[in-house]
Amino acid sequence: MKDADSSSKAEIVLPGDVLYRGKNMLPGRGTYRHGDEIISKVVGLKAVKDRTISVIPLAGAYIPKVGDYVIGEIVEVGLNYWLVDINSPYQAAMLMFDIPEFVEKNADISQYYDFGDIIYAKITNVTKTKYINLTMKDSKCRKIVGGLIVHITPSKVPRLIGKKGSMVSMIKNITGSFILVGQNGRVWIKGGHETLAAEAIYMIDMYSHQKGLTEKVEEFLKKELEKEGDEDVRQTK
Amino acid sequence: MSDKPSKDFHENITDRLRPDGRKPDDFRPIRIEVGVIKRADGSAYVEFGKTRVVAAVYGPEPMHPRHLADPEKAVLICRYNMLPFSVEERKKPGPDRRSIEISKVVKDALSTVVVLEEFPKCMISVDMVVLEADAGTRVAALTAASLALADAGIPMREMISAIACGRANGQIVVDLTKEEEDAEDAVDVPVAMSSLTKRISLLQMDGDLTIEEFEAILDKASKSCVKIHAMQRDALLKKYKKEGEEVDIDGEY
Repeated sequence: MKDADSSSKAEIVLPGDVLYRGKNMLPGRGTYRHGDEIISKVVGLKAVKDRTISVIPLAGAYIPKVGDYVIGEIVEVGLNYWLVDINSPYQAAMLMFDIPEFVEKNADISQYYDFGDIIYAKITNVTKTKYINLTMKDSKCRKIVGGLIVHITPSKVPRLIGKKGSMVSMIKNITGSFILVGQNGRVWIKGGHETLAAEAIYMIDMYSHQKGLTEKVEEFLKKELEKEGDEDVRQTK
Repeated sequence: MSDKPSKDFHENITDRLRPDGRKPDDFRPIRIEVGVIKRADGSAYVEFGKTRVVAAVYGPEPMHPRHLADPEKAVLICRYNMLPFSVEERKKPGPDRRSIEISKVVKDALSTVVVLEEFPKCMISVDMVVLEADAGTRVAALTAASLALADAGIPMREMISAIACGRANGQIVVDLTKEEEDAEDAVDVPVAMSSLTKRISLLQMDGDLTIEEFEAILDKASKSCVKIHAMQRDALLKKYKKEGEEVDIDGEY
């Protein structure tokens, strides 16, 4: 059992690869059970945690999950609801009473959120047929103004955050930017060295499965900052 | 090939070389690449000798037109298309009877492995474009489509590999060329097989074969599909992992 617990032996698996034979393990995300075997169904990294074998996909669309915080764009304003694009095959709906403000009877709700507004919202409900409900009634939720938004592969968001937020806080510290990560693969960067932070995030997206990535990104950021510092000095001279 | 044919060269039918100098079981040179189209969600390029096919996958995305959406599973849309310059005489562009048929059989083959239930109300489009045709385009297209789907991160129970086998000039051969397909006694049997459970998901035949011949063809095809799958694996892994590079899982997944 001890062997199975260690995730040191990371490997890339493909659909149809047999990950485990026997009945002592459970199939997790990205896998399925066929008889005695646990088989991968996506291209990804094999991860063993306790008694569950799962595969972390290296590509794929965002599938909404209850409790996720996402960055969305308002694409439609109805009489009592908003439709929000959340970078997923499914659009999300946010109802009138899902926002913290008090809405007057027969009010035009576009005064609160209008077309093209970007919001950081929480998913409260996902039905079997993929109707998705969003809420803004959460202390973390907010309207997003200014800065820039970058996209990464949604399945790599945990890698961007890192263990206990180590990766994203490292980028924040070095670039001095404010970074908000949506589970749907959209990342908002504001202030500090915005483009540099964006470059680092793209780097994580590209090399997410490599060893020692945090150190590589840190090195890259420091080197780029030094270069910029030199240029600043030259300009002032 | 430089040594002269031995005395029993023409007697021993299985040792006879084919018009392009291959042995009966040999493939044409195969090249497979994954991730060739940047803007697609997944893509692959497959080359069997002079047959060249590109496949691109888009999706899952909202079904269009909306009324065709299935509330229980995704809809797989396959388009097989031959470019006007892909054949000797210019082909009129656009879908025709043949390409509609091939789109349909490819869709049926892929539907056996793609986990469509994971994306209700969505569509997944698979576009296959034949850049150059020298027989075996439908198997090359299917091989590429299976790779492109995997590259797009769409869940599949297993992969699909395909190859054309058949009879040409009196012998059972693998991976026929157009020249062989035009032989008098030629019979072309495209076969697609899944990688894990070895189930056949595409099998077509034009012409007459004896049961023995058919069984020999099926046997050769299934052995060839295993080889093709190994090449598909290498191509997919090459996209993510360079030689000697270590992979690591970090972060709280």
